[in-house]
Amino acid sequence: MHYLYYPGCSLKATGRPYEESLLAVMRELGVDVEELADWSCCGATTYMGVDENQAFALAARNLALAERNCSDGCANLMAPCNACYLVLNKAKHYVAEYPEVRERVTGALKSIDLNYRGDVAVRHPLDIITNDIGLEAVGKHVKRPLTGLKVACYYGCQIVRPYSTFDNQYNPTSMDELLRALGAEVVEWPLKTRCCGGALTGTVPNTGQRLSYFLLKEARRAGASLVATCCPLCQHNLECYQDEIEHDFAEHGQPAVAYFTQLMGLAMGLRPAELGLQRMLTPVQRVALQATGSES
Amino acid sequence: MGNMPLEPRIKYQEELDLGFGRSVVAHPGAEDLYRCIQCGTCSSTCPLVTYMEHTPRRIIAMTRAGLKNDVLKSNTIWLCSSCYSCTVACPKQIKITDVMYTLKREAIRSGVHADMPIPVLAGEFIKSVARTGRSNEMRIITATWLKTKPFELFKQAWMGLRLWLKGRLSFGLHRMSGDRRQIRKLLVAAGEQNLGPRGG
Repeated sequence: MHYLYYPGCSLKATGRPYEESLLAVMRELGVDVEELADWSCCGATTYMGVDENQAFALAARNLALAERNCSDGCANLMAPCNACYLVLNKAKHYVAEYPEVRERVTGALKSIDLNYRGDVAVRHPLDIITNDIGLEAVGKHVKRPLTGLKVACYYGCQIVRPYSTFDNQYNPTSMDELLRALGAEVVEWPLKTRCCGGALTGTVPNTGQRLSYFLLKEARRAGASLVATCCPLCQHNLECYQDEIEHDFAEHGQPAVAYFTQLMGLAMGLRPAELGLQRMLTPVQRVALQATGSES
Repeated sequence: MGNMPLEPRIKYQEELDLGFGRSVVAHPGAEDLYRCIQCGTCSSTCPLVTYMEHTPRRIIAMTRAGLKNDVLKSNTIWLCSSCYSCTVACPKQIKITDVMYTLKREAIRSGVHADMPIPVLAGEFIKSVARTGRSNEMRIITATWLKTKPFELFKQAWMGLRLWLKGRLSFGLHRMSGDRRQIRKLLVAAGEQNLGPRGG
């Protein structure tokens, strides 16, 4: 199966280890992934708060590029960032359901010689890996199972709400099942889809970081030594403000935080540098190795 | 008795804009606002409600009542982080997150938004996109703090430095590969928002 890859702005910057580990894992699994040429920002959560038609047009441009790229049938566009995943899906819904939005977007796309028909499936890699590739196939690639590693799976909000297509909106389980297939022990906790603070950690730090603190504290209480994420903003919030959280809330012994694709890569025996592990601010590799009892 | 002065007991009475609710409902996504039964499920699911001047339920009631200024000036609409908890929980299927987006746009358009960094960040965000086709996280947040609370930059500089050392940050412009003029052309054709200066 052929997948077009829409990185989104974060995966080229703070989310670089997500891109590195995702592409390395897909290569290992033998999946054909091609970066969408000439992609632009999707508008993220921000643009919609300024001008809705510009926001929809910006997102739809990427959908139109994907369609043009895939003349035979429906294009599969892989969007690893939860916000991109939501925004692209939302643009699809609004263009299909609201004639006034469709008219505006179609007209704007026409001005740059693009056309959007509505034939793109926007897919999150968690969906692709658990449903298209399947846990059985993933399991065959596991060389160093993550036995003993206690993980809290954190999905974030926008992967399941409001346009969930592959998992439960209140209690998603796809990442839990994937990590169990890798040999890890998945802890039960109720905050799988609770907001991490989003962009508020940067704009209203006291408020935003309190939301991240709540997640890290409850993950630790549930017994997790590591939190697995599937979104560059969730990852950033849980990983990069740990010093502030320790200082402001006296929260010690916070879990390490890693992309689920990095954990896949470790279990598949890929080299840490291929997975961007040297770029992390929490000791992901050490925590994983200590738990599994392997030598580094 | 007959000449005892009567004072308004509700301070907003003269400030009402009775057409406000109807004007909000005209936006795509906000069409179901009048189906709200004021049950408060939105407020109870909201992870940020404790910090809001008005709860989401109240914002809906105030919007319908025509308390335009108080709604548009409130911090509530900017604290909405778009987690969509309220949207999926609403028993009347009102897209509350999208109602908040409509109110954000109205607050920016009418120039009365709350004195917070978030609407400033929104302006920097679209300028970055119109200029480069991408959003450059670090330039956007830096420009936002310079315009609001420069001191905050010092507090966040440490994390920025650590990320830069790990190769996860760049002050250079991330640009899309193709013709960037396309983006400006597309945005101008699609909407009304001023995109800031060209170049970059």
